[in-house]
Amino acid sequence: MNDPNTHASEEPVRINRRVALQWISSATAAIPLLEREVSAAEKSGVRPPSVFAKGYGPDPDLIRKYKPGDLWPLTFTKDQRRLMIVLCDIIMPADEVSPSASSMNVHDFVDEWISSPYPAQAADRNVILKGMALLDEEAVRRGKSNFVSLTPKDQLVICEDLARKAKADVRQFPGSFFYRLRNLVAGGYYTTPAGTKDIGYRGNVPQAEWNGPPAEVLKKLNLPPQ
Amino acid sequence: MPVISPKQKKREYDVVIVGSGAGGGQMAYTLTMEGIKVLLLEAGRMFDPVSETAMFHTSDMAPLRGVATPDKQYGFYDASIESGWEIPGEPYTNASEDKLRQFSWWRQRMMGGRTNHWGRVSLRNGPYDFKTRSRQGIGFDWPLSYDDLAPWYDKAEMLVGIFGDSEGIENSPDSSPGVLLPPPKFRAGELLARERSKKLGVSVVPVHRALLTRQQDAQRVPGKLHPRNKKAQRLLAANMRSRLKCFFATDCHRGCSIKAAFDSTSVYLTPALKTGNLDILPNAMAREVTLNKGGKAKGVTFIDKTTGAEHHVVGRVVVLAAGSQESVRLLLNSKSNRFPDGLANSSGKVGKYLTDSVASRVSGQIPALEALPLHNEDGAVGQQAYMPWWLAGQQHKLDFPGGYKALLVSGRKMPSLNTGKSFDRVSGGDGIPFGRKLKEDARRYHGSFQSIGAQGAMAANDDCYCELDPKVKDKWGIPVLRFHWKWSDDELRQVSHQQQAMTEILEAMGARFFRASYVDKPEKAISQGGKIIHEVGGAIMGDNPGKSVTNQWGQTWDVPNLILGDGATFPGTADKNPTLTIMALAYRAADHLAGELKKGNL
Repeated sequence: MNDPNTHASEEPVRINRRVALQWISSATAAIPLLEREVSAAEKSGVRPPSVFAKGYGPDPDLIRKYKPGDLWPLTFTKDQRRLMIVLCDIIMPADEVSPSASSMNVHDFVDEWISSPYPAQAADRNVILKGMALLDEEAVRRGKSNFVSLTPKDQLVICEDLARKAKADVRQFPGSFFYRLRNLVAGGYYTTPAGTKDIGYRGNVPQAEWNGPPAEVLKKLNLPPQ
Repeated sequence: MPVISPKQKKREYDVVIVGSGAGGGQMAYTLTMEGIKVLLLEAGRMFDPVSETAMFHTSDMAPLRGVATPDKQYGFYDASIESGWEIPGEPYTNASEDKLRQFSWWRQRMMGGRTNHWGRVSLRNGPYDFKTRSRQGIGFDWPLSYDDLAPWYDKAEMLVGIFGDSEGIENSPDSSPGVLLPPPKFRAGELLARERSKKLGVSVVPVHRALLTRQQDAQRVPGKLHPRNKKAQRLLAANMRSRLKCFFATDCHRGCSIKAAFDSTSVYLTPALKTGNLDILPNAMAREVTLNKGGKAKGVTFIDKTTGAEHHVVGRVVVLAAGSQESVRLLLNSKSNRFPDGLANSSGKVGKYLTDSVASRVSGQIPALEALPLHNEDGAVGQQAYMPWWLAGQQHKLDFPGGYKALLVSGRKMPSLNTGKSFDRVSGGDGIPFGRKLKEDARRYHGSFQSIGAQGAMAANDDCYCELDPKVKDKWGIPVLRFHWKWSDDELRQVSHQQQAMTEILEAMGARFFRASYVDKPEKAISQGGKIIHEVGGAIMGDNPGKSVTNQWGQTWDVPNLILGDGATFPGTADKNPTLTIMALAYRAADHLAGELKKGNL
């Protein structure tokens, strides 16, 4: 039902999946409504939802450590995964301070996200798969077989164009694609150990005492000692 | 006596309590320590904060980087399970389709109730807050004064463990000497706010929160709380010693496996179970309070959620502490010939006078806080500093009654999925930032954003109430609540003032803002009713049986052995968070109830 190799090449599902999934996640009482929703979708010629994975439920194991693919099947084909690795490293490249997003497996997080059974992620699934297809089409227009085959410079030029479109309007495709993707890759990166370190977060460790900011901070703020 | 199944329940209890949160937990603690046999019904499952809390997990270990989903509506690592704004099969309705006139209802279905899901801010109501009608001509006076409740605030604070300071601020009371634990040091942003707010006449002081900045004094406090009760002293001392002091890491909303942060299970129910006087029955959804022929409460009918079977338990006294509106719902669903409109509702006031904190927020970016030398800013993760209402003495000069407090959110926090987009507002360039530029922006700006949230008073009015929905039932066939909500002009004017004042405070810190001010559009800024999860009322206490549902001990006027032990009895909302007052009232009510039981009055 959710074979990652066939499924991702399908045209992204548009409408009622979101509604239908809402009903799935609101448990058994809603099943008659789900059936109604899906059959209405079929009658109107719209394909029914393609992701029928379940969420983790209202009482998940909070201690277990989860990885993408543990809870629901992932979506990307090999080619899509390769493309996402390239995009991750354009958005969050390695520099002298910290490694790249792909080295922290952020591409797999993006896959986990767009494969999620929850309604809030359904819109991202559509826009990100559509945007990825658009990037390959753009590459073909430039005489290459796909985006991955473009020179890093051409890749960057395309992304800079998308970033400008995103700044102009985050809701209008394809700016919306780059906006959502950038949010996922950057947010996904800063929640990894490398990203968290890079951004300067020094907490989440037990301390015997908390002494407030160090003297150099107070000095910089022109504040007296506490 | 332990955690039991319906089959194991005894034929009769002295007291049956519905709900295990701040009110029900405190009642169970006080009563069982006094030797009274108690059964506690909780609609959710047992939850062990010690073993089930993911203390140091980072969001890359969670599904979807830990963001909120319909299954975990406050994020994956929030302690709430089986809880939320929407619970499958357990709906509620709103009479209006207008968002501003709707009420959102957070329900917690787990042992310990909403004490698991709490910032732990623990402020006392002030003397004026008990005299709303006399002072402002609106709402109601409480049937007790601040002085009546002050000793119980002291006791609740000593039992729970609360940090804070004494400030001498009008209508934001200090605790008695030696009661509070020392507050944590301020973060850089909080120090800056304190310095820059001075010229505005606004004091930034340590907030009070229910977490241990040092271990409780197990030598001294048990004797103060339980004079002449050696067993209670011993049990409390042992429990205090089992709680460690805060290690200044990880968010209290996750729960606390070292029990530094208060929750009902760790602080009330654990020692209460050790008295041998408490049975706890989880997964028990109360349906109805039953009456005997004499018109007294006989017991509670409940559904065992694990089997769907209905059971009944008998108690000499019934205490409802199911979480304000859930207690109200139980009353309304307990209909009889004697009480055709719901139990204890001869006044017609059950369901009336819901109130909530009047809340809004302003955020900005503070250049002075950019690129500060890196250091750990976790502190007592969450709020540490606040601004108690600074115009309590000048209320007559303002165009709204009741004040508000403002809470700071500051510091270089653990990144979340939202961190990736948070720099767009400050980043230059003609496109959204990515690549090396985004990395540089993040290093510079992370931690420089400052947000202030105001929470203010609301007097009871006729437009905010709940009733049974005539049609909709939950999955057990129990009728559900339908809410009516309307902010009055008083609240909207208060929000305009909040927006103006918080903007000025941030401006004094040198802030940049990213949206137009809502000073003239308070309806855009105000949080929806219920969203702050401070809702109270619906079975208010008073002096007059015709105009209120209970007396000052939560005892219903109509049915003397039926007690309301949660926020349902609040005759209004102050500019303080409700939980500490729920605890103090429950402590006082339980003490009164224990006396009445011993005297044979019930």
